[in-house]
Formats: sequence, C-alpha cells, structure tokens
Amino acid sequence: MSRMMLRKMLKNQSGTITAVKVAGELGRRIREMGLVPGTKVTIQGRAPLYDPVALRVMGGTLTLRNNEADLIEVEVEESSE
Amino acid sequence: MIDVIKLALAGNPNAGKTTLFNSLTGSRQHVGNYPGVTVEKKEGFYRVSPDQQVRVVDLPGTYSLTAYSVEEVVARDFLIHEQPEVVINITDAANLERHLYLTCQFLELGVPVVIALNMIDVARDRGISIDVEKLSRLLDVPVVPISARSGEGVEALMQEAMTVASAGREWQEIRLSYGDDLDSALLEMTNLISANSFLTDIYPARWLALKYLESDSQIVEKGREFAELSGLRSVGEQLEKMVAVVSNHLQVTLETVPEALIADHRYGYIKSIIRQGVVSRSHDEERIYASDRIDRVVTNRVMGPLIMLAVLLGLYQFTFTYSALPVAWLEIGFGWLTRVIEHSLPPGHLRSLLTSGIIGGVGGVLGFVPLIMFMFFGIAILEDSGYLARVAFMMDRIFRIFGLHGSSVMPFILSGGIAGGCAVPGVMATRTLRSPKERMATLLTAPFMNCGAKLPVLALLIGTFFAGNQAGMMFMLTMLSWVVALLVAKLLRVTVLRGEPTPFVMELPTYRLPTFKGLAIHTWEKTWQYVRKAGTVILGVSILLWATMTFPGLSTEEEYLFDQQRQQMQAEYGGVVGSVALQEKLARLDGARAEQALQHSVAGRLGRLLEGITWMAGFDWRTNIALVGGVAAKEIVISTLGTAYSLGAVGQEADDSLSKTLAMAPNWNRVKALSLILFIMFYSPCFVTVVCIVRETGSWKWGAFSIVFNTTFAFLLATVIYQVSLALGLAG
Ligand SMILES: Nc1nc2c(ncn2[C@@H]2O[C@H](COP(=O)(O)OP(=O)(O)O)[C@@H](O)[C@H]2O)c(=O)[nH]1
Repeated sequence: MSRMMLRKMLKNQSGTITAVKVAGELGRRIREMGLVPGTKVTIQGRAPLYDPVALRVMGGTLTLRNNEADLIEVEVEESSE
Repeated sequence: MIDVIKLALAGNPNAGKTTLFNSLTGSRQHVGNYPGVTVEKKEGFYRVSPDQQVRVVDLPGTYSLTAYSVEEVVARDFLIHEQPEVVINITDAANLERHLYLTCQFLELGVPVVIALNMIDVARDRGISIDVEKLSRLLDVPVVPISARSGEGVEALMQEAMTVASAGREWQEIRLSYGDDLDSALLEMTNLISANSFLTDIYPARWLALKYLESDSQIVEKGREFAELSGLRSVGEQLEKMVAVVSNHLQVTLETVPEALIADHRYGYIKSIIRQGVVSRSHDEERIYASDRIDRVVTNRVMGPLIMLAVLLGLYQFTFTYSALPVAWLEIGFGWLTRVIEHSLPPGHLRSLLTSGIIGGVGGVLGFVPLIMFMFFGIAILEDSGYLARVAFMMDRIFRIFGLHGSSVMPFILSGGIAGGCAVPGVMATRTLRSPKERMATLLTAPFMNCGAKLPVLALLIGTFFAGNQAGMMFMLTMLSWVVALLVAKLLRVTVLRGEPTPFVMELPTYRLPTFKGLAIHTWEKTWQYVRKAGTVILGVSILLWATMTFPGLSTEEEYLFDQQRQQMQAEYGGVVGSVALQEKLARLDGARAEQALQHSVAGRLGRLLEGITWMAGFDWRTNIALVGGVAAKEIVISTLGTAYSLGAVGQEADDSLSKTLAMAPNWNRVKALSLILFIMFYSPCFVTVVCIVRETGSWKWGAFSIVFNTTFAFLLATVIYQVSLALGLAG
C-alpha cells in the first residue's frame, strides 16, 4: 500500500482515492463524476498520445487529462498485472 | 376542462432522457430555446386520459445543479420558478451510484421526485440486480425500473408520477449531514434566512444557505441584489461573513473548502445507501464487458487512430457523396422553375427578382437541406453509439495545444478539413462540444476550411495561373487552411475567448446500438430548425444582395443606346436570325450591357470605392464586386467575375472563357492570383454560415465578428503576400 498521484498509476492498476486537491470548477467537475475520497478507480488505458487517461470508476468509464490526474491522490493496491 | 400537469424530465447525460421523452410524447413535441440562452428546450404532451394531459419538459442533461454551466442553471431555475408538479429523475441502473449524485441534489432542493431506474435491461444482462423496494424506502421516493428503449415499465412509471403529482404535497427537502462544522453553520444561516424572509419567496431557506456555502455565484449575486432592494443589506453581509468564517476554519483544520466537503458528504450518503444491499452483482465487479473489449481495439494506440480516420472519412463520404443526389434533384427542380418563370414573364426587374433573388435565395437555403440531414444523421449515429466521445478522447492531446477540445475535429472536417465540405453543417456540428469557450473557438474558425463552394473558384485560379501542379497546389491550400484555422483558434483563445481550458473530465459512455427512431427524430428536428430559423433571414439577405447588384441600373439613354445597337446589328444581317455570327455579336453586346449595369449598381459603386484600399492586395473593382457577391455564396464569385468581364456565356463555356480572359488581362498575374486565392479562403464566411454562427452563439455580435475579423485577417494576409511577392519581383 502506498500513496501516489493518479497520473503515476500504471495501466490496470487499482487504488482508492484519498484526496482531491483542487477547488473551483475543476474540483467540482472531478467530484460530481464520483471522484471523491473513498472511490475505487482502475486505470483502463491511455489515449494514443498518452494523454488523457481512461479510468474505470463505479461501473463506468471516465477520462481525465494528465494535469487533472495530477490533482488526485490515490492509495494503490498491488498492481494486478 | 382539460387539466394540465407539468412534469419535468431530468437526469445525467446518456441516462436515456431523450429516448424516454420521445416515447412519452411521440411526435407531439416542440423544440425551442430557454429565454436568453442557447440551451435547447424540448416540450411535449403525454395523454394520461382523454381529459388529462401532461406537459412534459425535457431539462438539459446535467451531472449536478451548480451555477458553473448554463445547462445546470437553466435546469434548476426551471424547477424553482416553474414548480413542476413532479420531476422524473431518469437514472442509469447499471451505473447507479454516480447517477444518484444528481438525485441527491433534487432531494436537497425538495422537489417531488420519482426515480426512473432506466437501462434495467442492461443491468440485468450484466448480472446487476437492484432492490427497488429498499432503494425507494431508504431515499423515501418512488422508484420504478424501466427500459426506455423497449417501453418496459414506462406505464408504471407514469402512473407513479401521476400519483405524486396529484398528491400535490409541499416541497420537502431532505437534510443531509455535511460534517459538524458545516452543519452548525448551515443551521445558523437557515435560521437567519427564515427569520428575515431573505429570498424565501423564491428559494427554500436551507437550500439557499447550502448554496451560499457552496459559493454558488448565481445565488450570491441574487442575494446581494435582494439585500440592496429590500434594505436587508446587513443580513446579506452576515450570511457572506458566516461562509467566510467556516471556510477559513475548514481551510485551516482540514485544508479543504465547503464546496468539496459537501460533495464528499453527498457521495458518502449515496455510498451508505448502496452498501445496505441495494445493488448486488452476480458477476465480479471487475468483469470486462463487451464495451471495454471494443475499446481495447478502438482506442488502441495503433488501431485507434486508423479506425478513427476511416470513420471520419466515412462520415464525410456519407454526408457529401450520398447527399449529392437529392441536392442535384433540388437543383433540377429549381432550374425548371427558373425556366418556367423566364418563359412566362417578360425580361425586367420582376423576373430578375424572382429568378435571381427569390429562387436563388430559397434554392440556396434548401440546397443545404440534404447535406444537413445526412450530416446530422451521421453524427447522431456516432453520438448515440458512444463513438464520438472516443474521438474526443484520442484527439484531445493535439487540439488542446490550440486551446480547443478533442471534439473539435469533427466540425473542422465537415467544414472542409478534407477539401469540399461545408461550413454550415460544420458550424452546426459544434453542438456536440460541451465546453463553451472551446466550442466558440471551433465554430469561429471552422469557416476557414476550404468548403465545396470555394473549390471551383480556387480551381479556376489555380488552373489559370498555376497550371501544371494543380493537385499539389490544392493539397497545400488544404494544409494551409488547417494551419490557419488552428493558429487563429489559438489567437482567439488567448484574446477574446481567453480562459482556462474547460476540464476534460468526461464520460466514455457504454457502446450502444442506436435506434432508428431516435436517429430519425433527431435528424428531423435539427433539419427543421435550420429551415425555419435560417430560411427566413437568408431569403431576406439574398433579396437585398440581388438589389445591390441590380439597382440603380442603366439610365434610359443608355438603355436606348444598347437597344439601338442591337437593332442595327440585326439590320446588318438582314433579319437572318439563325446566323451564328449575329448570335455571337448579340451575346457580346448583352455582356457589355450587363457589365455596364453591374458597374452602375450599388455593388459596382462599392467595388470602385473599395478599390481605394484593395489595390494594396492587388484587387481591382471587378474583383471587388465578385468578392462582395461571394458573401452571399462563394460560388457567386465566378459568375460575378464573368459578368464584370462582360462575358455573355454561361456554364462550362463561361468558366473556360473567364480563365482565358483572366490569363490575358494585363493586370492579372500569378501574384495577384495567389493574393486572391488567400483572400477567398479566409475572408468573411458566406451569409448562410454567418446566420448559423448567430444561431449557434445566440448573438449577432459573433456573426458580425466573424465577418469583420475574417475579412480583415484575410486582407492583411493577402496584402502582405502580394506586396512581398511584388517586392521580390515574382510578378513576372
Ligand atoms: N439498452 C438500453 N438502451 C437504452 C435505454 N434507454 C436509452 N438507451 C440508449 O442509450 C443511449 C443514450 O440515450 P439518450 O436517450 O440519447 O440519452 P440522453 O443523453 O439522456 O438523452 C441511446 O443509444 C439509447 O438508445 C434502455 O432502457 N436500454
């Protein structure tokens, strides 16, 4: 178990969000899609140019830009690869 | 008397709102706009019984009810001001947790809600079962599982909604806990608000306090206005101070803001409900669904871009190739109508008004209809299936550099990113962009692409002055249009459309097979909107342009002189009407007459007047008239140049002779041709496009901006190229 920013996570790695470090419109957008502390996320893949990143969250898929993923802190489990 | 109940449909995007709306209202629907904004408002009627009608209003799809986007403000203003008897909150059963976030906010507001648990068929297939009873009990609202697509459960849903509506209960908000700090602040603020009746005529007190804590810009502003008007300034200030105090405290103790804490607690509440055994899965949650498997290929690093290229090319082909046939039918129809009028009316202003002004104008509007229908049909398939979101996902990295969004790629391509598109469907296609600034930048720069109407003009000039490497030249111009569009977009995004990039946090919806009914309704709706709104304006403008190119016309003396010359010629040939030589002479005479009339007209005078500036880019008055005409439609440039150079002929023959005339004309050369090519590519969009820009942005200001800005930009570019080339001695 270790904490890292969501951006650093590898494909297929899972973790639980511990903090979302942004307020304002961006913070609101991130939270309203369910990216709040306690939510489990799995990296589903990245776009052909490595950015944005696609996440599996609560049975749906969300996309984030890398600089947005930089604002989300995650506690990761062992990589499932 | 017919009793009308007001029902609002609300839910997240992709929850199936449109599908439910269509199945409830069928063809009895009306599309308009919410006052003052460009958000679409759809209304329709659903008949419960012969004497009971329900007015169904489709609210914009949103994830939340904050003041950050127009859609959300529109949705909540509707609920608060129009007080619908019941709100059907449509949710995705296969994705319940996230969809309940919006539900939670309806409950906090207190509106009477019925939850439609949509996509129950999908959930079933995935082995997800939902304890409807328990969910309903825990939330204390009716919950009805439905499948909007098959119609399953819809009747039960409406019955439930009718029960709630007829109960006519007071609004009753639920009180969530947002943590001790916020709870006590909330209580204090609510009491203050209630005690002073601060805005309580409009908003529920606790909800108002909650919005203050969320720093909701609309509410804070309303509060200030109200405080000023009602002499309750101290109350308003006190509220804002209470927010500041608790914000400060949270910042120090928890390093967070109230808004974030509130969102976290909402999800906490939802999670606590879900965990009580509401949702159970017979499969592993990590199971890979078909949709993910498709994504592995479709967004794959290598295959993804290739598939996307094929799909976009396919959409382009579909829109422009298959619509060619109906477009040709329309043209034949209008051609026939023109001939009928020409045969039945004597030459003169009336005839010319009917054929050039009205038929030209109406034909211009209707000529786009097949294009628009095909385009919307194609886009609806991409959108409903979920593929469009993947395009945005893959293209975002590139387009973000220019301040645009991954979804900008499609409008550009339709507008002529692959030479030969059309800016009208391109501008309308920007509707799929959810980010306002990125959308504006896209729709203002899409007209820079080489649309199908610019092509013949460009081809003529290239063929005349750059013969030998036509294909290469055309390719370069297409590349140039992309470069210019993207750079100008960047320019706009750092000046008039300045602002942070809109967050990309976006859903990749599950792939679904679109239904034909959904596609057909969507296509019909958009096409009809175009015909109705754009049609009237464009007709007016095309009549105006016709008038500027016709009036004041030749004086009686001049007319007399031409008539006399004509008679003389005929006399010379002794009345042998069939003589080829005579026909040619007469045609030349008619050409000269048309040229003189054009020169006399308002447009002609304008052309001469403009020569005072346009010489810098190498344009003479004849070119100027053609360019003015080109604002009506780019195709007109060639025919007007033809008239200005007094060529009597029409069709291919005219093009050939125009090409020859230009090649021989003393003041024409490669440099001038290049300058003109650049100007035509980038100057004012045609009027139909301008009208669409106005429609899409909701303001004439942006229409005027695109005329003035593009023309200035094109002129500067043309002037620089012309002057530099002249200085380098490239004109020879
Ligand atoms: N399988 C299934 N698909 C549905 C159902 N309701 C809607 N859809 C599909 O979900 C997609 C999104 O629906 P739409 O009505 O456009 O969603 P909106 O964004 O909320 O208006 C479309 O492809 C619909 O055909 C349903 O109950 N079951």
